[in-house]
Amino acid sequence: MAAVTPDQLHDHHHGPTGLMRWVTTTNHKDIGTMYLIFSFVMFLSGGVLALTIRAELFQPGLQIVQPEFFNQLTTMHGLVMIFGAIMPAFVGFANWQIPLMIGASDMAFARMNNWSFWLLPPAAILLIGSFFVPGGATAAGWTMYAPLSVQMGIGQDMAIFAVHIMGISSIMGAINIVVTVLNMRAPGMTLMKMPLFCWTWLITAYLLIAVMPVLAGAVTMVLTDRHFGTSFFNAAGGGDPVMYQHIFWFFGHPEVYIMILPAFGIISQIIPTFARKPLFGYASMVYATAAIAILSFSVWAHHMFTTGMPAVGQLFFMYATMLIAVPTGVKVFNWVATMWRGSLSFEPPMLWAVGFILVFTIGGFTGLIVAVAPIDIQVQDTYYVVAHFHYVLVAGSLFALFGGAYYWLPKWTGHMPDERLGKIHFWCSMVFFNIAFFPMHFLGLAGMPRRIPDYALQFADFNMLATIGAFGFGLSQLIFIVVAVKCVRGGAKAAARAWEGADGLEWTVPSPAPYHTFEEAPVVR
Amino acid sequence: MSMIAAENRRLLFRLALAAVVMFGFGFLLVPFYEKICEVAGVNNLLRPDRVANSQVDASRTITVQFDANTHDLPWRFRPLQAAVKVHPGELVTIAYEVSNTRDEPVTGQAVPSYGPQRAGKFFRKLDCFCFTQQTLQAGEKRTMPVAFVVDAELPAEITTITLSYTFFEIAGRRVVGAPGGGAAS
Repeated sequence: MAAVTPDQLHDHHHGPTGLMRWVTTTNHKDIGTMYLIFSFVMFLSGGVLALTIRAELFQPGLQIVQPEFFNQLTTMHGLVMIFGAIMPAFVGFANWQIPLMIGASDMAFARMNNWSFWLLPPAAILLIGSFFVPGGATAAGWTMYAPLSVQMGIGQDMAIFAVHIMGISSIMGAINIVVTVLNMRAPGMTLMKMPLFCWTWLITAYLLIAVMPVLAGAVTMVLTDRHFGTSFFNAAGGGDPVMYQHIFWFFGHPEVYIMILPAFGIISQIIPTFARKPLFGYASMVYATAAIAILSFSVWAHHMFTTGMPAVGQLFFMYATMLIAVPTGVKVFNWVATMWRGSLSFEPPMLWAVGFILVFTIGGFTGLIVAVAPIDIQVQDTYYVVAHFHYVLVAGSLFALFGGAYYWLPKWTGHMPDERLGKIHFWCSMVFFNIAFFPMHFLGLAGMPRRIPDYALQFADFNMLATIGAFGFGLSQLIFIVVAVKCVRGGAKAAARAWEGADGLEWTVPSPAPYHTFEEAPVVR
Repeated sequence: MSMIAAENRRLLFRLALAAVVMFGFGFLLVPFYEKICEVAGVNNLLRPDRVANSQVDASRTITVQFDANTHDLPWRFRPLQAAVKVHPGELVTIAYEVSNTRDEPVTGQAVPSYGPQRAGKFFRKLDCFCFTQQTLQAGEKRTMPVAFVVDAELPAEITTITLSYTFFEIAGRRVVGAPGGGAAS
């Protein structure tokens, strides 16, 4: 892409200093940094919960936690990782990168941007604080299925309010992104010239606006069932608990694409850079993203094959789900075709991206398997499902986030991340991830149910292996802290175009990116 | 620049409106699903079952136990017999008694459930007070019959079935009634 970028002369900061700088900031780079730090802290918190779960499952029998607390752990692990870690991390990337990539000076609504971030810490405190109230945190599962969620203690109310606040934050963030992408692009930057990361986020933002309010409605109904005498989901009051699942998964299925589409965007930036070739099939990538988003509204009941659906319904949701594999396959093949006969080099971002393609595809295939209704009825609520969604969420979203972080750290800090440590981080993560989660496929097929603190003796070996892998994976993430801190403090100076094959407006501004960029819009030819 | 700002605000307003509409849509899904279930006959708790083959299997005896509960409703509600022994295929009629302890008319609706759960689809109710809403005048006492057949297809390992009813008050929210009000009770 040819672009004329005016000199970036405004590398100074006005306004409060110290802590108040961060509280009052409206700068997209500051807010992006805060999002990323917040989500990493939540990632570590959710990781501690996960490791407690795995420690309990190291051996059969009850050793470390009681079953009630175990259920709180699995529930909170899900909520913290999804709403606290993965989603805010992608918003952080969007804040940092979208204005830089489309040549805008900031997000469209800078003050609202500040507010969307600062809603998150109170929500996180509410969520994690619920461990310390009488009755403990909610143990109804991250899906908060009625009627269990209607019966929980005060921890459930705190989780509901946390979800409300995080939902409002996501909706405001999404509105900001849509307006920025649609209205603030540099002259000459047509929609079909836009980097794919911006495209995937634009579509994700529409998904967020469409489904986060539905989740808010669902948990509000749980709240009124709990305290205000309604009976939306109480069968003994004329309600229907299965209806909760329908409403929840109307949100829940698009939600999984909310967590993976921006990851697709990041991978689509990294692969062309390190293959030194333009992205293969750019237009088909855009259409595939849109197709996935639209199809995501018609597949929710594949989470509910065992709730007693008519066979016609099961067939519809089964085929619709399998249909999503087509646009997803288009993407995977396009990435592979981009690498085909490229001048490949394997710096840390590329390692994460290639690792992503491999492991995410495994998760995609197990997704195709559980899409088949008769198989799903067998493996419903077993560790097979746990293995599947960790292959797409950890190896999908999280690997892409790390890839993106290594890719743009030079732009954020002005220094190249430590390549050796980055590679160690990747290989440890990759190996331990598979040690942790691959055995879960076998456990699930053998019938081990999820969300249970104890298990039959024949599952012992694979569980021990999974726990060893999980601790290895968890500890490997500490390497990233070292890399990030080293990178902020110093290291090899990064050029404006930090990676040889990188293309795009963000690489036309100096590294680190000045506090104010594109005050005068660049012209894209 | 101010033109862009105005354009941004317009788009902000539309997207915020879309979010609010979607919040309402979440609640609209409730009547929508009830309608779907009614049309598709998925949730046919409120309709009398049909019995195709009523041949009595005298070689098996099933114990059917009766249970009565109320949910936030000041009614006295009890089965007139704790349990009966029936043969699969046999038509049996039992009765429940309900009385309104309030000094005003109250409308209630009963929801049946079964233990074990999978016995439910073999338990065919031909007549039941749960098919319709019941309005009891102040202090009124009513005896209500349930006519049922246990299907001969009932798995051999099930020897006891518990039929449990929960009455709840119909105040704001109403359950979807079967067309025509259900059974001729």
